[in-house]
Amino acid sequence: MKVLVTVKRVIDPYVKVRVKSDGTGVETANIKMTMNPFCEIAVEQAVRMKEAGTVTEIVVVSVGTTQSQETLRTAMAMGADRGILVEAAGEVQPLAVAKLVKAVIEKEKPQLVIMGKQAIDDDSNQTGQMVSALLGWPQATFISKIEPKGDSADVTREIDGGLEKLTIKLPAVVTTDLRLNEPRYVTLPNIMKAKKKPLEVVKPEALGVDITPRLKTLKVEEPAKRSAGVKVADVKELIAKLRNEARVI
Amino acid sequence: MAVLVIADHDGKALKSGFTNTVSAATKIGGDVVALVAGKQCAEAAQAAAKVAGVKKVLVCEAPHYDGSAAENLAALVVGIAGQYSHILAPASSFGKNVAPRVAASLDVQQISDISSVVAPDTFVRPMYAGNAMATVQSTDRTFVITVRGTAFDPAGEQGAAPVESLAPGPDLGLTQFKGAEISKSERPELTAARIVVSGGRGMGSAENFKILEQLADKLGAAVGASRAAVDSGFMPNDYQVGQTGKIVAPELYIAVGISGAIQHLAGMKDSKVIVAINKDAEAPIFSVANYWLVEDLFKAVPELTDELK
Repeated sequence: MKVLVTVKRVIDPYVKVRVKSDGTGVETANIKMTMNPFCEIAVEQAVRMKEAGTVTEIVVVSVGTTQSQETLRTAMAMGADRGILVEAAGEVQPLAVAKLVKAVIEKEKPQLVIMGKQAIDDDSNQTGQMVSALLGWPQATFISKIEPKGDSADVTREIDGGLEKLTIKLPAVVTTDLRLNEPRYVTLPNIMKAKKKPLEVVKPEALGVDITPRLKTLKVEEPAKRSAGVKVADVKELIAKLRNEARVI
Repeated sequence: MAVLVIADHDGKALKSGFTNTVSAATKIGGDVVALVAGKQCAEAAQAAAKVAGVKKVLVCEAPHYDGSAAENLAALVVGIAGQYSHILAPASSFGKNVAPRVAASLDVQQISDISSVVAPDTFVRPMYAGNAMATVQSTDRTFVITVRGTAFDPAGEQGAAPVESLAPGPDLGLTQFKGAEISKSERPELTAARIVVSGGRGMGSAENFKILEQLADKLGAAVGASRAAVDSGFMPNDYQVGQTGKIVAPELYIAVGISGAIQHLAGMKDSKVIVAINKDAEAPIFSVANYWLVEDLFKAVPELTDELK
């Protein structure tokens, strides 16, 4: 079957983000960017399914600026077959991303769409569910296991308190959770190979999607800072502090 | 103006985020209506009726609302959405699953994980693992919102509000619920616990978490884990505290063998008192701790458990 995977270019999760002094957003100039970790898990899953023989083609899609081509190349170095960039400058909010991805899905007609459960920049956790809703397809979010079986798939979802098992009809949208797999490192030969793989660039207008933001960001601020703490010498002092100063035990 | 709150429940009882979500709904203003849908959920509906601020409960019972059932539930919500200015759900695995499906069906840009209500159309929400707080104003006609439970005090109790039944929608037949494996624990639920004891990579193994569990039991605390501990296979994912796991804000959070990666801090830095125990004096977790102890956890934790006797 054919699988479509989405990837997002985000600020590296190990970089400490700084709020801009004018309160309009966070600093992104000269900051290390990377593929969103949950998107990496999505790509890895598709590649493993291809290696196992259940998947024949992997199309990877990103919505973003020209630089997102790098992210698509990384996905192709991991094993995706070709890439599509929906090139859009500025902020594209989850609903608009979902509409763009839906438009690409309608052209590509994959049997399975694998997306990250959340991007670690805006932390919205919406796009996969929205794509699924717009298509009227089944959804399985936060999955830690997937086994395709003909025209359906058995999935295990990570939910509060444990796991949930579902059988979903295909085509469907699934979103990845942490324990689905451990993404591979890309190797230099594969990076070279990925440069030769096809990468198509389309504009939102060509897909007939209005990407005007619906949410207006009025300001972005630093969170309240915690006041400085104290070092305690031993367990006895810690207990004394918790009992007499903090009064929490 | 009326606000619909989609309840997260197990049929008998409401999940902990419900009362906090009602509290956020009350801040928005207007009549608060709770929707309790499930296979069998009359008991949960009765419980919802007694949450202060709830004006009415809609209960909808049908086999196809069993489990998380996002597709059928979202369709049910969309069907009654016209009567509400705001549709709220807790930012739990349940709410995160269903709310965006409702939002997209209504052509609305959802506002995720709000931590404050500024005005009925303006909210504060964390981004970048809580390192930036954005104030956003929506231009949509309906507001679909998920609520960060720890940011709102739970609503109290009241005399029961009326419970009305709502006719179920059709079974779309897109997914089939095969069952759930819910971990059974005598300890309090992680997001609702007054005290949380969490372990990180420094714990070294799943086996070693026993010493944390002993401390937790002494304190009546819940047990949590960092993403590193989950990644290493020490603990199941539903113990994960952090940006991509659970957000907690207990009275006391004890971080053991946790270095303090950005993604972990995002899940616990709003705790009232934070204690960190780590042998590395440079661990970033100390920057958010009220009290920190530089010591080997395998010495400090058992000692702490003993001293609390």
